Amino acid sequence: MTGPGMTGPTLAEICVVACAEAWRGDGAILAGPMGLIPALGARLAQLTFAPDLLVSDGEAGLLAPLLAPSGSGTVTEGWLPYRSVFTMVAAGRRHVMMGASQLDRFGNQNISCIGDWARPKAQLLGVRGAPGNSINHPVSYWLPRHSRRVLVERVDMACGIGYDRAAALGAPGNRFHEVRVVVTNLAVLDFRTPARTMRLRSVHPGVPVGDVLAATGFPLTVPDEVPVTRRPSAGELALIRDQLDPAARRERELR
Amino acid sequence: MTGTGTGIAMSLADVAGQLESGMTIGIGGWGSRRKPMALVRAILRSGVGDLTVVSYAGPDVGLLVAEGRVRRVVSGFSSLDSIALEPHFRQARQNGTIEFTELDEGMLHWGLLAAAHRLPFLPIRAGLGSDVMRVNSQLRTVRSPYADGEELAAMPALRLDVALIHLNRADRRGNGQYLGPDPYFDDLFCLAAERAFMSCEEVVPTERLLAAGPPQSLLINRAMVHGVVEAPGGAHFTSCVPDYPRDEEFQAEYAASAATPQAWQDFRARYLSGDEDSYRQAVRQFRGRPAAPARTGPP
Repeated sequence: MTGPGMTGPTLAEICVVACAEAWRGDGAILAGPMGLIPALGARLAQLTFAPDLLVSDGEAGLLAPLLAPSGSGTVTEGWLPYRSVFTMVAAGRRHVMMGASQLDRFGNQNISCIGDWARPKAQLLGVRGAPGNSINHPVSYWLPRHSRRVLVERVDMACGIGYDRAAALGAPGNRFHEVRVVVTNLAVLDFRTPARTMRLRSVHPGVPVGDVLAATGFPLTVPDEVPVTRRPSAGELALIRDQLDPAARRERELR
Repeated sequence: MTGTGTGIAMSLADVAGQLESGMTIGIGGWGSRRKPMALVRAILRSGVGDLTVVSYAGPDVGLLVAEGRVRRVVSGFSSLDSIALEPHFRQARQNGTIEFTELDEGMLHWGLLAAAHRLPFLPIRAGLGSDVMRVNSQLRTVRSPYADGEELAAMPALRLDVALIHLNRADRRGNGQYLGPDPYFDDLFCLAAERAFMSCEEVVPTERLLAAGPPQSLLINRAMVHGVVEAPGGAHFTSCVPDYPRDEEFQAEYAASAATPQAWQDFRARYLSGDEDSYRQAVRQFRGRPAAPARTGPP
């Protein structure tokens, strides 16, 4: 058990909370986390500051915003098979946090393939639901390895669309497009700049701004004062460690 | 067994015999979940090839691609779920041995819905602005004829010659029941197809269907399918809950078969050279269990 003498937060725990923050203020919409740390973040948000959030169990169930009486189990509050997920996507009642094999300064994301699409050097997942997600509702990204290989000048295949493509599409087609935040193992980034290009929003505790810039394959907008990503509260740490991920699988996602 | 007539019970080989090279076939399930794997293995035993396969793709597509039976894959992804990338699909793409129609998952859904409704296309927002429009040069947009004038992607109907699905229970007349958490799109695959064939874990008398699940678990009605095959373990090694979970150990064995051409030859010699009974027996040997007598065909 954790208690007053608990150890300080690990990087993975800071990232869980940074992911959770992406859904703050979203209300009763479906959180769509891809990856363990975003999934822990969505559940943490739901159990603390965002109780209205809908969270999937990874199959077709929805988890109620409470812990089972046993303390560590879950309570199912709803049913959401894939066909209903697609309807929630089109209805805009969702905010997804996807991964990215490549992400550019405008927030164009690639999870399909590396190299020429016709004969890729590396076939990856495929576009999945990224095109539909990015044109229908807010999307955020989780990058466990912030590097120049991932944060690139140009993506090989635009799956989730960024602000330049949304602008080219114009109104009214682009009215539901929003890339909210990018959480990495080094920092939190957003697109709150006049040209809607990527900006450093905060660095995780102990990470120098120079390290973030060096690991990014394009120029980042950097505010005069760069905030530090907030640390988990004692209550959040206890939830993460004792309830949501007692086996500490979160630490492996950053290796 | 009650009901009129003999129903539409078939064998795996009967279904494979209905397929022809060059056909477009749709395969139900999702990723590595409730895939009609016994029917896929039956295709491998037949001589059918040059297929266009429409699927939320998993090892169904992987096996067909590995055996060179596929000309084109139509999908939004290809995954084994617990192993992110389908290794044979990946290899085929990198070697340039298959064509690929890469669509957003929602576009695939819409293409099946359009085909099921006998519409030429359905408008959808998904795809706009993305490279899905670039790599599928046949895709067009359509403008709303109403005051909004919004331009949308016009997802063409994905018409299928044949659909293959696997459910938990069915009767011999073609009423099918899923008992797991998600129907996926199996009903749409059937309605989008000229002919649809359903395998199931167990064929039961019609009056026993509701003993296993509520009326809404009866996803498939007999107007949707043209043949029923009893195939216990027919989704193996994908999941078919609550009858069985994904066989993760065997899936890992399958994934390893993409490592070298020799590894694939070894895998197919060991698991795919005989009929479904010998497949089951080889899987039991892999799992270190003594071989039990195989169940026979439909009761």
